Amino acid sequence: MSNQSAIDRLLSTINMHSHSFDEGTAHVEIHGNQVLNTTLVEGLKVESQETSRGVDVDILVEAGTVIEQPVYFCFGMLENGLQHIRMNVRFGAKAKAHFISHCSFSNATEVEHIMDADIHLEPGAEYRYFERHVHSMDSGIKVIPKAKVQLEESSRFATEFELIKGRVGLIDIDYEAECGPHSVLELLSRISGRQDDVIKIREAGKLSGEYSRGVLTSNIAVRDRAQALIQNELTATAAGAVGHVDCNEIVQDEAQAKAIPIVDVRHPKAHVTHEAAIGSVDSKQLQTLMSRGLSEDEAVEMIIQGLLRK
Amino acid sequence: MGIIELKQVSLSFEEQQILFELSMDFWEGHIHAVVGPNGAGKSTLAHTIMGLPDYRSHTGDILFAGKSIKELSIDERAKLGITLAWQEPARFNGIKVREFIRRAGDKSRGTKSPEEVLNMVGLDPGRYLDRDVDTTLSGGERKRIELASIVAMHPKVVLMDEPDSGVDIDAIQSIFDVLEWLKEHGTTVIMITHSGEVLKHADHAFLLCNGALVDKGTVEQLSSYFERKCVPCTHKNVPDEEALV
Ligand SMILES: Nc1ncnc2c1ncn2[C@@H]1O[C@H](COP(=O)(O)OP(=O)(O)OP(=O)(O)O)[C@@H](O)[C@H]1O
Ligand SMILES: [Mg+2]
Repeated sequence: MSNQSAIDRLLSTINMHSHSFDEGTAHVEIHGNQVLNTTLVEGLKVESQETSRGVDVDILVEAGTVIEQPVYFCFGMLENGLQHIRMNVRFGAKAKAHFISHCSFSNATEVEHIMDADIHLEPGAEYRYFERHVHSMDSGIKVIPKAKVQLEESSRFATEFELIKGRVGLIDIDYEAECGPHSVLELLSRISGRQDDVIKIREAGKLSGEYSRGVLTSNIAVRDRAQALIQNELTATAAGAVGHVDCNEIVQDEAQAKAIPIVDVRHPKAHVTHEAAIGSVDSKQLQTLMSRGLSEDEAVEMIIQGLLRK
Repeated sequence: MGIIELKQVSLSFEEQQILFELSMDFWEGHIHAVVGPNGAGKSTLAHTIMGLPDYRSHTGDILFAGKSIKELSIDERAKLGITLAWQEPARFNGIKVREFIRRAGDKSRGTKSPEEVLNMVGLDPGRYLDRDVDTTLSGGERKRIELASIVAMHPKVVLMDEPDSGVDIDAIQSIFDVLEWLKEHGTTVIMITHSGEVLKHADHAFLLCNGALVDKGTVEQLSSYFERKCVPCTHKNVPDEEALV
């Protein structure tokens, strides 16, 4: 298969095409352990090395570079197997970019996708990262993303992880972040599990810089026999550090959800809060929609879709 | 015969009786006010008519157009054209104002677009349609969106629990406009209020106290309640068929 048709086959699984990208938009496509394409823009450096198990990628956004258009990544496996991505991401001082990453396993039945990311943001850098997973309806997909994030002074890291199409299989997220002075950390995940899916999330933020801020949000819906375990942790050790852990889980059928928020404050001028709402759909929301004529099932669906969209 | 009729409706939560043998007639196409002090049972009455699960254990009967709706669920009552605008409306994550209003309209005979109904309650559609119906809305904004969704639904009967509470003076006119519109379009309004101003827009009123109906009649008759600043009364509901209109 030519590179171009491999790219188009991969992109078609996420309803895109190589012509979807404007001129001047950076995009990288990786299939299995092959880098199919790397289209870059000024100030963005991507170097990759194919390994036997996947790909090692070094990404640099040079100091002062502001990339207006999103940078697109597509990781996929159209056949069964292992894909291990090691990512080293560095944003120079005041560099700013928005990455949109699609992980497509929409045809495969047995896939293991491991992501090990090391992310370093220099002072004033801003990195927004959106990751959307598109899975098949088979249960044999394992997604294991791990990230270590270092935020230097006044930098900002915001991620959003979405897995609402197809089966989860197993997802095991483990993110750790160390936040320097005045930096901002925002981690959001939106995941929908069904049948015997297993969702595990561990996110730990260390608010060790003065006036650093962190928000960890998990919006999860589980039905059938799916299971979710959310362990989110914020540790604040500096003056003015402020954080919030927010966990919303809607549980239906025989599904199970557990949330263990850890809030650890070791400075009298720091402040961290947590909120967890776990259980069936909120009765007032449900009754409101039913009083507008929606059936119970329609109302539940609308509330869950809202939570997962957020 | 009223479009909604209560026949000797009583309700208790555990040991405590909240509603005492309420018999009430709500005439079609009229605006009925329900007044009374805090804790009188006004919201409880609205929830009972709507059929919320916690309120289904009442005795007596509730009729819609002459037929009992006692065994019907909320959505079944809503499909008949009965709805409720909440005293403290629910907040939703990730549901846009546009979608919230449109879904109310889709399920009923409503014909107005989300834009039109927002204009009716004095909210600029350009600023509100794409916002979430969540905690970022102020209390007054949320109340007005609730009303907008009611107009979109164009119900046969609406239970409005304190439509004016938390709404500022400037916006209160838009509530009166909504009442006017509903009346013109044949909707029966059962409106709970603590405001003498709002009461003036009703055709007929009921006074509840300690879960019992203590008075009913014209707005003029009942408005003395606001002047007297009724103290919690010990009235028991003794239906006096002749004295009552
Ligand atoms: N679900 C419930 N369980 C137990 N008691 C309840 C419940 N709902 C209402 N009550 C009680 O019933 C009484 C009437 O409450 P209700 O909310 O109907 O009053 P209200 O007339 O609407 O008052 P307000 O003007 O403050 O809104 C109160 O004493 C309240 O505490
Ligand atoms: Mg009330």
